[in-house]
Amino acid sequence: MDKPVIICKDLTKQFGKFKAVDRITFDVYQGEIFGFLGANGAGKTTAMRMLCGLSFPTSGEASVAGFDVYKQKEKIKASIGYMSQKFSLYENLTVFENIEFYGGVYGLSRTEIKQRGEEMVSTLGLGKEAKKLVGELPPGWKQKLAFSVAIFHRPKIVFLDEPTGGVDPITRRQFWDLIYEAASGGITVFVTTHYMDEAEYCNRISVMVDGRVAALDTPANLKKEFNTGSMDDVFYQLARRAQRTGD
Amino acid sequence: MKQLLAFIQKEFYHVFRDKRTLLILFGLPVVQIILFGFALNSEVKNIGISVLDNAHDINSQKIIERIATSSYFLFKEPVRNYSEIEKRFKESSIKCALIFPPDFSSDMMRTGNAQVQVITDASDPNTATIVVNYLNAIISGYQKELNPVGNVSYRIIPEVRLLYNEEQNGSLNFIPGVIALIFMIVCTALTSVSVVREKELGTMEILLVSPFSPVMVLLAKAIPYLVLSVINFIIILMLSVYLLDVQIKGSLLLLFIESIIFIITCLSLGLLISNVTNSQQSAMLMSMMGMMLPTLLFTGFMFPIENMPLIFQVISHIIPSSYYYIIIKAVMLKGLGFSYIWKETLILSGMSIFLLAVALKNFKIRLS
Amino acid sequence: MKVLGFLLQKEFRQMFRDKTILAMMFMVPTVQLIILPLAANFEVKNINVAFVDHDHSTYSQKLVNKIASSGYFRVVGSSTSYNDALILVEKNEADIVLEIPAGFERNLIREGSQKVNLSVDAINGTKSAIGGGYLTAVLADFSNSLDVNTKTHFAGREKMQGISITYSDWFNPKKEYKYYMVPGILVLLLTMVGGFITALNIVREKEIGTIEQINVTPIKKWQFILGKLIPFWIVGMIVFTVGLTVMYIVYAIFPKGSIAVLYLFAAVYLVALLGFGLLISTFSNTQLQAMFVAFFFMMIFMLMSGFFTSVDSMPPWARQISNMTPVTHFISVVRPIVLKGSGLLETKMEMLYLAGFAVLLNGLAILNYRKTT
Repeated sequence: MDKPVIICKDLTKQFGKFKAVDRITFDVYQGEIFGFLGANGAGKTTAMRMLCGLSFPTSGEASVAGFDVYKQKEKIKASIGYMSQKFSLYENLTVFENIEFYGGVYGLSRTEIKQRGEEMVSTLGLGKEAKKLVGELPPGWKQKLAFSVAIFHRPKIVFLDEPTGGVDPITRRQFWDLIYEAASGGITVFVTTHYMDEAEYCNRISVMVDGRVAALDTPANLKKEFNTGSMDDVFYQLARRAQRTGD
Repeated sequence: MKQLLAFIQKEFYHVFRDKRTLLILFGLPVVQIILFGFALNSEVKNIGISVLDNAHDINSQKIIERIATSSYFLFKEPVRNYSEIEKRFKESSIKCALIFPPDFSSDMMRTGNAQVQVITDASDPNTATIVVNYLNAIISGYQKELNPVGNVSYRIIPEVRLLYNEEQNGSLNFIPGVIALIFMIVCTALTSVSVVREKELGTMEILLVSPFSPVMVLLAKAIPYLVLSVINFIIILMLSVYLLDVQIKGSLLLLFIESIIFIITCLSLGLLISNVTNSQQSAMLMSMMGMMLPTLLFTGFMFPIENMPLIFQVISHIIPSSYYYIIIKAVMLKGLGFSYIWKETLILSGMSIFLLAVALKNFKIRLS
Repeated sequence: MKVLGFLLQKEFRQMFRDKTILAMMFMVPTVQLIILPLAANFEVKNINVAFVDHDHSTYSQKLVNKIASSGYFRVVGSSTSYNDALILVEKNEADIVLEIPAGFERNLIREGSQKVNLSVDAINGTKSAIGGGYLTAVLADFSNSLDVNTKTHFAGREKMQGISITYSDWFNPKKEYKYYMVPGILVLLLTMVGGFITALNIVREKEIGTIEQINVTPIKKWQFILGKLIPFWIVGMIVFTVGLTVMYIVYAIFPKGSIAVLYLFAAVYLVALLGFGLLISTFSNTQLQAMFVAFFFMMIFMLMSGFFTSVDSMPPWARQISNMTPVTHFISVVRPIVLKGSGLLETKMEMLYLAGFAVLLNGLAILNYRKTT
């Protein structure tokens, strides 16, 4: 439980003179739900993309699931799951066809895919909806489905980029149920969000401001530190010092 | 008024910030002018020819010389038999072959009549016909040389005058067409895409809630492209005059007025298209397939309309670019005045007003 | 390999659900092949000639009749003044004015030669240029026929040295235009379909975000690229087949050469085109951008390909450019294969060019495609 699955040290991403991510350093432990908070433009997505192997760091070190982000990107990709803001399921394929595709891409056999797929469908309670095209599902379902597909291949770590945008609170709650379940099964969850109440659901959170990690601790400790009862306020106090606004 | 200007300025930013739009906007006309002006022409030159000379006598040599000095033909290695000719044709290394029989000169002396054979690769019928004409002229020219003056030999000598184009400038044929095409692309395609982009992004609704009347919103979208088209027009004219040595023979003012009428027609078409589609892609596709393709085919600058089946001729009379093409040829290249083109101008203006009205009305209807 | 299988399965499923692709595969070739040859007619007929006859003699009448009955020309007017005839040209009703001077017949008989004035509307493009050429040929013919009449007069006195020319038109004896146009249009069709498809498809995925999802999986570059190329290559070959079928059914054109060679060329050509589309997609972020860039290059390719104007008459620098476009090389072999029966032997240079393009364009696309930015 105390092995770090994500290690980064002075990780930096620079575009010209602009430092989108400025020497961030932190570790994430196995089985943790790690919240990566920050305002728009603070550098969250950029940092996450580096950890996923989607973007080359400018400097610094990082390793994900034991693999180096510079030299072993493909190995990282085989060990992680990913769900982006845009959901990224194929809208003109059915639920099952999406499952089949991603399962196959991560190396599962057809029997495994069938078995796990049926399990997933019943867990999510999709029932007959599984035959429908993803584009026809309501957003709440799509979201939960996207998450399930992201962990379908039982990766060590799953990265979620603002996964709960644009859905009602009940659906969000249900989504976090899924996250808890995944974490208790041993999957490390790395989630970025700008919903401060979701910060409470995480084991630890970090708050990024202007490309730097301005705070890193459990929600309870942060609230004590900033002398307030709500994460909103913690964030507000930190963000006030921010120079950058907007994406 | 100030707000209108603000809109227009925003639109200009959109255009100038996207390199690829600029590519189409300015790059395309420039490239087309250069290509049409320098690279493409409808002349037929450097026609590959091989000789099967069974005679090897002075007459066959002389004829070969005559052909070689004309600029039309390019001699390739001589051939030895028919199957070699076939092979060369298949390789497309020659387009025709000239065959002299072994007794060429003696035939001429004895019977007064000798035969040569010309084989053409008629897979390209036009070139084949032209080859025939050229060789005919060269050989009968030689024949007349053989027969000394004083002998009765009638010669009708055509003195050819090239009207409107004494300098034999090959580009003149294409420039009016290129202009019409560019207007179609810029005004119709780009305008429709730009309006639909606002719809897609959702900013259209914001514009519509503003204190502006909807008509103003549309016009604000169209005006930048009007300005850009006029700039484009000026660029094309300048390129034609300075790079291609084309003379603008008629009144510049008339030219501009007529062009603006046509631009308005194209803009209205663009607005109409943007009314009926919801995605930028379909706007682009509709403009391309629906407008540009017919313009390319049926305006009359690429292919002559008279040769087409009736239905295409009808289409040609419906599309506005045909009328603009006639007008531009008349004013810019023939130097004619308004009295020659009043009919076409009337039709074009009518189309302009009609399309604009329909576009605006349609827009209003969709809002409610 | 297994991963490739899953990729292909996904692509095909998506493709069949996309009605536009299906419509395109069948409708576009059919429509284009039927409309374009009808419209794209370079044939020169119905050249409008206006006569100005100042002579009104037997010879001038004979000349006019000869021209009128040649089949290429249409007499649109005969007037007594040149200026009246010129007005016809200004009004676009006449392409050429033939002015026969007074004393035509008399001078011809007396001096043996006579000038006539040919005024050609030189901005009317090919029509007038070729029309002028035809007219000159008819005039020469007319002179010759007069010669024959008088030759008999002088028979026995002088030996005329005459050369007669026999013409054979191979491969297309009736010189029908469709044989020239339709195979070329087939290539253009394939070009437009192949060039745009891949680019638009991949860029659409970029826009939606599914490309990022692919980039974060362990899918290798070559698997992804093949996964896109193969389905679209198949679509292209289907379009080609539909095109060939239409060509046969509507125009009764059946390739004289080997169909296998034709398909081989189409196959390699498609790979090159798809590679081009792929390359464009690596440079564009929205479908619109891709369309613009593709359109820009496609237009240049097609204009320089030798379909509209002959490559031989281009200046050397333009010919170089023409050689650097893949379209040129397919156009230059499609007619030989279909009409002349050319085989791989005679067309090996072009095949090498096309193969080279296929390798180059796809290679560049692969190099340029980054899973990580």
